[in-house]
Amino acid sequence: MDSICRCNDANLTRLFIPLIMLNSIKNTLGSLMLWELLKGMALTGRYFFARKITIQYPEERTPQSNRFRGLHALRRYPNGEERCIACKLCEAVCPAMAITIESEQREDNTRRTTRYDIDLTKCIFCGLCEESCPVDSIVETRIFDYHGEQRGDLLYTKEMLLAVGDKYEKQIADDRAQDKNYR
Amino acid sequence: MTFLAELFGEYWEPVQTLTWTLVKIVAIVLPLMIAVAYLTLAERKVIGYMQVRIGPNRVGYWGLLQPIADGLKLLFKEIILPTASNKGLFFLGPILAIAPAFAAWAVIPFDATMVLADIDAGLLYILAMTSVAVYGVIIAGWASNSKYAFLGSLRSAAQIVSYEIAMGFTLVGVLMCANSLNLGKIVLGQTGGFWHWYFIPLFPLFVVYFISAVAETNRAPFDVAEGESEIVAGFHVEYSGMGFAVFFLAEYANMILVSMLAALMFLGGWLSPVPFIPDSFLWLLAKVAFLLFLFLWFRATFPRYRYDQIMRLGWKIFIPITLVWIVFVGAMMQTSLGYLFH
Repeated sequence: MDSICRCNDANLTRLFIPLIMLNSIKNTLGSLMLWELLKGMALTGRYFFARKITIQYPEERTPQSNRFRGLHALRRYPNGEERCIACKLCEAVCPAMAITIESEQREDNTRRTTRYDIDLTKCIFCGLCEESCPVDSIVETRIFDYHGEQRGDLLYTKEMLLAVGDKYEKQIADDRAQDKNYR
Repeated sequence: MTFLAELFGEYWEPVQTLTWTLVKIVAIVLPLMIAVAYLTLAERKVIGYMQVRIGPNRVGYWGLLQPIADGLKLLFKEIILPTASNKGLFFLGPILAIAPAFAAWAVIPFDATMVLADIDAGLLYILAMTSVAVYGVIIAGWASNSKYAFLGSLRSAAQIVSYEIAMGFTLVGVLMCANSLNLGKIVLGQTGGFWHWYFIPLFPLFVVYFISAVAETNRAPFDVAEGESEIVAGFHVEYSGMGFAVFFLAEYANMILVSMLAALMFLGGWLSPVPFIPDSFLWLLAKVAFLLFLFLWFRATFPRYRYDQIMRLGWKIFIPITLVWIVFVGAMMQTSLGYLFH
């Protein structure tokens, strides 16, 4: 008991000196043996044989959410009438000011757009236009790999947007139906 | 033939020698260029695989035409000459980088008889050639008149010079064992199975040699001369098109060269690992391929060294280790265990 009590700090340190020396010898030897480098190489060596996770894009695609926000489309009702009533909520909400709408009263007294442009070089694909639309007319589709070859090719007009909508209506409707319960 | 002989008259003899030598040079350099091209593909594939990717696979089957596509692209690109550069030196840089990388191959023995110039001071010649290569880097960095290029060349110069010393000392160990500076004799000194190869008695020197070789060729983790994250691309930042391609070629040719040297001096060159399998050039190829794979493996594994750490490793660790081991080998040769070191 006495001997333990008499162990002051200096004595303790002296006790540990051989241990510290042993440790530093061990460290020096370890770094001379390149032990940690070999461990690193063993890791990369294992990954060399691991299954590769590359998705080969044009042939393979990653799964998409039904809420994916890609290229825009304007939808129609089943009878062929365009949904957009030119309320301009999307134009107002668009944070990038990418949407330009002009409207007039048609002969049957309904209001329709005469111009509906989306500048896709401005668009930030936030989806607020789709959120704000009271008639589910402007939507964002799953299409993400479109391109323009000339200046102005990415300024989508009403006709182009309606064409996209007509072409992908089934996919658009399916996606909206799946997501309906969560909105 | 006789017509040609008459045409050249008394010069026929030297012309014949010259042509024959040229043919031999092409026979070495052409496969070397192809090897360099495919080493770049191997590098991208190996590093890709270690990063759980598959690497280039679009040009040709399994990406096999990728190096050719890359080469053609660089060939057709514009060579941009910076306005502030020193024009003569700017073009001299890449030439000085690649010429020694190719010239050193003259003394490499591919087989007991297959060697372009079987000179007795082969090892010295190679040391001289690899030392000249640093001028290409320095001149390129200086002539570009760009601070990144200049910094890169300074780093590279200091690094190559310091690791050359450690590398030179490891070679001293080899020539103590082999009693010759002729590379063919060094290989033949290792005859009789893999337990006679010099990497066993000289194991520390082998490790130091190979790490120094990585540093000499400015490869990761010693690639501070390029240091793309700090100094963009280092000494070749101003080079485009073929100028860049030549530097690229030189780097990879140097990699193959130092791997070849390691295979010759420490791993028994063209000798087979066990006596009952015949020796062949293919053994040399296999050993070089393995060492090159190590180069790529290092690059996929290690982060770049800090500059002062590189200097510390070269001067304060490698040089003392090699010196101690040379003395140790020399002392052991005087004892009854000396046969282990020959």
